[in-house]
Amino acid sequence: MIELALLLGLPLAGGIALGALGAHRRAPELNAAVSLATFLAACALTVRVIRHGDLLLAHEQLFIDPFNVFLVALTALVGLTTALFSRPYMRIELAHGRVSAGRLRLYHAMYQMFMLTMLLALTTNNMGLLWVALEAATLSTVLLVTLYRTPRSLEAGWKYFILCGVGIAQALFGTILLYFAAERTLGAEGVTALLWTHLDAVKSQLEPAVLALAFVFLLVGYGTKVGLAPLHSWLPDAHAEGPTPISAVLSGLLLNVALYAVVRCKVLVQGSLHSPLPARMLMGFGLLSVALSSLCLWRQRDVKRLFAYSSVEHMGIATFAFGMGGPVASFAALLHMTVHSLTKSAIFFAVGHAAQKAGSQLMENIRGLVTLSPTIGWGLMTGTLAILGLPPFGVFASEFLILTTAMREQPWAIPILLAALAVAFAAIFRRVQPMVFGETSARRLPHPPALLPVFAHLAIVLVLGLYIPPALADWYRAAARLIGGP
Amino acid sequence: MAPIPLDLQLLDSCAALLLLLSFAMLSQRRIVSLVNLLAVQGAVLAAATLLLAWRTGQGHLYLSAALTLALKVAFLPWLLHRLIRRLQVYWDTEPLLNISGTMLSGILIVVFAFGLAQPITELASTTMRSAIGIAISVVLLAFLMMITRRKAMSQVIGFLSMENGLFFGAMSATYGMPMVVELGVALDVLVAVLVLGVFFFQIREQFDSLDLHHLESLKGEPR
Repeated sequence: MIELALLLGLPLAGGIALGALGAHRRAPELNAAVSLATFLAACALTVRVIRHGDLLLAHEQLFIDPFNVFLVALTALVGLTTALFSRPYMRIELAHGRVSAGRLRLYHAMYQMFMLTMLLALTTNNMGLLWVALEAATLSTVLLVTLYRTPRSLEAGWKYFILCGVGIAQALFGTILLYFAAERTLGAEGVTALLWTHLDAVKSQLEPAVLALAFVFLLVGYGTKVGLAPLHSWLPDAHAEGPTPISAVLSGLLLNVALYAVVRCKVLVQGSLHSPLPARMLMGFGLLSVALSSLCLWRQRDVKRLFAYSSVEHMGIATFAFGMGGPVASFAALLHMTVHSLTKSAIFFAVGHAAQKAGSQLMENIRGLVTLSPTIGWGLMTGTLAILGLPPFGVFASEFLILTTAMREQPWAIPILLAALAVAFAAIFRRVQPMVFGETSARRLPHPPALLPVFAHLAIVLVLGLYIPPALADWYRAAARLIGGP
Repeated sequence: MAPIPLDLQLLDSCAALLLLLSFAMLSQRRIVSLVNLLAVQGAVLAAATLLLAWRTGQGHLYLSAALTLALKVAFLPWLLHRLIRRLQVYWDTEPLLNISGTMLSGILIVVFAFGLAQPITELASTTMRSAIGIAISVVLLAFLMMITRRKAMSQVIGFLSMENGLFFGAMSATYGMPMVVELGVALDVLVAVLVLGVFFFQIREQFDSLDLHHLESLKGEPR
């Protein structure tokens, strides 16, 4: 009880305090401290759920089960490490004159608000509040994407706002349809009809025709936020033009939470429909994202855009795996969400400092990182190898599981997946290799870069690739059972 | 055939008015008039909510009628008018599709929307189920407006009109969403408009215009 109150209360209080505090010299430290406290609350909550089982609180508006508690822990962890990374990163941006102290105040306050929306979206039991939280997540980050006020960042912010706004409006319509179907089954008082736990209990009685329509709208709506092709066009721009810590949390957290929303909806619709329609739609969108993004990777010259397209690819893989369903594929998809989130944010941390050193995000201007600062160079190289799915990292384990399951259940998809993975490998590796090695002309940074978050994330990903602790495996299995369905 | 009660007739007229207003917005190029049309749409929506609240005796509908009145009839139009004066954007340029083309596509959209609403209408037990098709039409027409307009301000008005349509849809299919969700949605809309206000000033500062053709360089091409 108290853990959950802290989990949601801390970012809210932190955001207000950071907004009220103004352009204080110690604001980055306060931001990190609030994130640390939130992370500790998430840990306490996790321990409690492992010991005592599911929680249902605040008039059933909030609930915790194995599926969302693992995402809560992951979200709080990435929130903490990104806050640690943003401390020196934003100081360097300030010293380079790209942001003013006043804008940093907005940045810190909105960072905590974004964390609040992510955690609320994960812990709420109400499908309507889930929608509200995801819309609020867009609103809290749109001014961060435009933080540099360059023409390109304004364009990216506008695109982000309009596309996600329209997308999420579709999801609201889907939610209305869901409520409509639920009200017929759960009774007219309507108070419980949007609560996921109640919906889950009666899902087989919900009207299939309405739920099928609702799922189309929900998938298109939340899928826009996941970055599923062809609805992904906001994603590379928002990632490339915003500050790097924001790219890291967009890729590492927002996409995951939006996918979480899609999966929650899929469980309900699958239970009502008894047809493969939702599964096929997820697989179709997933494969299309994988194929399209791997082709787009070839044309990229901006390093952050490159890795943004790689995020589209990996979310596509996870969506495909959730579409296949079944305990193994769902287990693999959850693992993939975890390792992608950790690896991709680690890469963005390294890329952020690399771009600061080179004074440009264009890959042809970033050269020879390894000679000037071996840690950034090796961090980027290791992260890239990890995200490309090389053993012994965790991404290899999850992709291997997904591919072997697909071979048994959906063999037709294997050529597409393998070809896309190979194309993506070549496209990314040929770009990153000269950035890390080769001649250099980089400058020194006015503050020491934050490297601990990079290697902490990569270490976890490495461990997950070699050995998944039994407690964690049980937890994944429980979550996979919950969403795996028949 | 029994005569239709007066309040139901009024509700149906409200629904028809909403659709008419959507078409009016589609054809209007003066931004000040667009905002006024949006305010009228909000007022019709509030009136429909009030009628429905009175008819069904559901207390929370009175609250959402008051919320609609405060937010969509008073506050948002006031804010938008203020923005228009400060930014001096009075006219939208020629839309991407000319007015008659847009109107024709609008008619096709309405036919499509009623087709889409068919299965829901058959299942609904509310007194306003025939209005679900209109709600979907309003949403899709607003979407069409967002696609065809070039000025940022008209796109935002389209966005708000889309939200009106969704609200009306929720009302006619299920007598509104639970209160906590409705409050959350209202909060989001409010924050969205405030954020956009800030955003417009940033665009304006950077490009000296609110025309969106400035915002077309990001195509993944080298800068």
